[in-house]
Amino acid sequence: MLLGRSANGLYWMHRYIERAENMARLVDTGLRLALTQAGTASDEWASVLTSAGVRDVFEKNHDTYDTATVTDFLLRDLNNPSSVMSSMETARMNARMVRTALTRETWESVNEAWMALTRMLKRRVDEPDLPAVLDAVKRETALIRGAFHGTMLRNEIFDFAQIGTLIERADNTARILDVKYYVLLPSVAWVGSSLDNHQWQTILRSVSALRSYRWTYEGDYKPTHIADYLILDQRMPRSLSYCYRGICDSLDYLAEQYEVRHPCHEMAAAKLQKLKSASVADIFEEGLHEFLKEFIRDNGALGDRIAADFRFY
Amino acid sequence: MTTFDEMRLGGQARPPYEAYQSWFDRQDPKRLNQKSGDAERVFRRTGITFAVYGDTEAAERLIPFDIVPRIISGKEWRRLVQGIEQRVQALNAFLDDIYHRQEILRAGRIPKEIIANNAAFLPEMIGVRPPGGVYTHIIGVDIVRTGEDEFFVLEDNARTPSGVSYMLENRETMMQLFPELFQQVKVLPVENYPQLLRESLTAVRPPNCDGAPTIAVLTPGSFNSAYFEHAFLADQMGVELVEGTDLRVVDGHVAMRTTQGYKKIDVLYRRVDDDYLDPLTFRPDSVLGVPGIMDVYRAGNIAIANAPGTGIADDKAIYSYMPEIVEFYTGRKAILQNVPTWRCSEPDSLAYVMEHLHELVVKEVHGSGGYGMLVGPAASKKERAAFARKLAAKPSNYIAQPTLSLSTCPILTSKGLAPRHVDLRPFVLVSDRIRIVPGGLTRVALKKGSLVVNSSQGGGTKDTWVLDD
Repeated sequence: MLLGRSANGLYWMHRYIERAENMARLVDTGLRLALTQAGTASDEWASVLTSAGVRDVFEKNHDTYDTATVTDFLLRDLNNPSSVMSSMETARMNARMVRTALTRETWESVNEAWMALTRMLKRRVDEPDLPAVLDAVKRETALIRGAFHGTMLRNEIFDFAQIGTLIERADNTARILDVKYYVLLPSVAWVGSSLDNHQWQTILRSVSALRSYRWTYEGDYKPTHIADYLILDQRMPRSLSYCYRGICDSLDYLAEQYEVRHPCHEMAAAKLQKLKSASVADIFEEGLHEFLKEFIRDNGALGDRIAADFRFY
Repeated sequence: MTTFDEMRLGGQARPPYEAYQSWFDRQDPKRLNQKSGDAERVFRRTGITFAVYGDTEAAERLIPFDIVPRIISGKEWRRLVQGIEQRVQALNAFLDDIYHRQEILRAGRIPKEIIANNAAFLPEMIGVRPPGGVYTHIIGVDIVRTGEDEFFVLEDNARTPSGVSYMLENRETMMQLFPELFQQVKVLPVENYPQLLRESLTAVRPPNCDGAPTIAVLTPGSFNSAYFEHAFLADQMGVELVEGTDLRVVDGHVAMRTTQGYKKIDVLYRRVDDDYLDPLTFRPDSVLGVPGIMDVYRAGNIAIANAPGTGIADDKAIYSYMPEIVEFYTGRKAILQNVPTWRCSEPDSLAYVMEHLHELVVKEVHGSGGYGMLVGPAASKKERAAFARKLAAKPSNYIAQPTLSLSTCPILTSKGLAPRHVDLRPFVLVSDRIRIVPGGLTRVALKKGSLVVNSSQGGGTKDTWVLDD
């Protein structure tokens, strides 16, 4: 038996932990570009803000896209609901709310992450210190994930948490791809030029997939490969397909336990089916941008549907 | 005034502290101070924090924990238990009487006005008999000591007493820090409290509930100062922790919204005040309670612990009548003494209090948490004058007590042991029988000479040991 409010808390706790980590990775990518491409740094920061879905909030308060301003906004600004600090605050608040549903190890890892990051992000971070701080964010979130996976019983609590993580992750991957979709289009793929090598690496790096991509494709950077890898590859843990497989698994476990299927089950299953049967060629034909736009919208709608079907409110 | 120190008497350890003292003498002071720091880290990591109302600087603070235990001998404890049992029986008998025949008023043992004009008396409870006839199920009896055999009850907390999670976590922390100490000193365990609480709540399930009852803890939410404790107790008992927004009345029962629909609750351990419990009956603006829960209660379909309206039993105006109340319902003199109390509503007493402000403690009748009180000897002339004006304006709002010389127990400072004043709150569970775990929450005033032990006013806590002797 699980309270609807607790399911909601677990779901959002995990979305925000995932978000904090994604945010750190985006900043990391932005920094690398800013270092290597002095001239276009502000364009890159603008697109990082778009990927993070916080460009509007940023532009309300700032008019320059320099490294110091953007990184501060993405890491520390509490007016930015998706900044690392805001995400950790929200994640911990939710964790506190569902404390009785978490193992001691999980709760303490969240609380300790929050304490460590609060301390580190108390003041503006100087640029030379940024890599260490970003590492800390990734390490703390990895510790939470480790504690969670290592100690939590695989029951409904686990499933709602898992669904939160994967919906957030799918949203993040789709956004990153969408911001850079034009780089992947065949018409503008200048194979081998240094510009697009950077661009592709950016995409892969921002989903922590640069090395695993090399393993899979032996360093052959082709737009179709990259799209295939991030959208359809079932073994790549940040691909849309992987995320939906996990979401469907968790929803199926819930259906088994509760002995009832809801509209959200059909929605998720339909999406997974589409991802399974699609080929990159089909997606490019449909239009990559359109495909991603639809995906982001449907992914959001699935989250709402799950909230309604399981009485989150 | 001489102060009774519980650890040392005439340059020697008092008998309950002998074993501890000899252990302590063998310790490296540096290591002990280090352990003290370890304890703080444990509390922070676990998130055992509390919020201080009106303190925006520190949204979450730790209650300082001192690593020197407060030790009570088995003999001292057994005597306290007798007194406490007598007292909680009297409190429940009083509540049953006051919401039914009001014999004690008819007998003229306490004045009618004190009930009639009291906001803590809930007319909605008149004629209502809770499941098992128990009104106050969980009681924290605040006890102070002034000498070898002198114990006084300072206050009864019969509404929603808090602090039991500290009793449990303090012990847990001590066992982690000093495992070897527990092999040398035989201390009675407290960790079965959550289990006893669950048994106790199960025993007062409503008559309409057959089988194992569904129990839930109702919290005002994660922003409440005692949220940690609410979550802790729900967790340890293995029951749900619910908020008002999770609950509604469905088919004549209170039910919680789960991922599979509404599920009925039989016993609600509520940590929400009476005022907020039911917006249809009490404060209409409350979002912390459950609309209609009082109807379900009156229909006998839910047990609420503690029952609404128990505040009339721990009101400070009633407190001064406790010796009469205990005698009236138990037929015996109270085993535990009350602190002598002047009721400022009585002109003679008021005159005395006004004359002696510099040596008295004056408290608001309905206050709690150490707010709105005057500690005469510690206050400045100006503060006393200001308080005298408030007192003159509304005498019935105040009671006064002599400044007791509370016993001390040492705390560990960077310069070694130093005596500080303490009080004690044992936790009592009442249902089919009375259950008391051997221990309680010892609060300690950390400032030298201070008599105010409340955590909201800079007090700390200690582990409380009852010896198995």
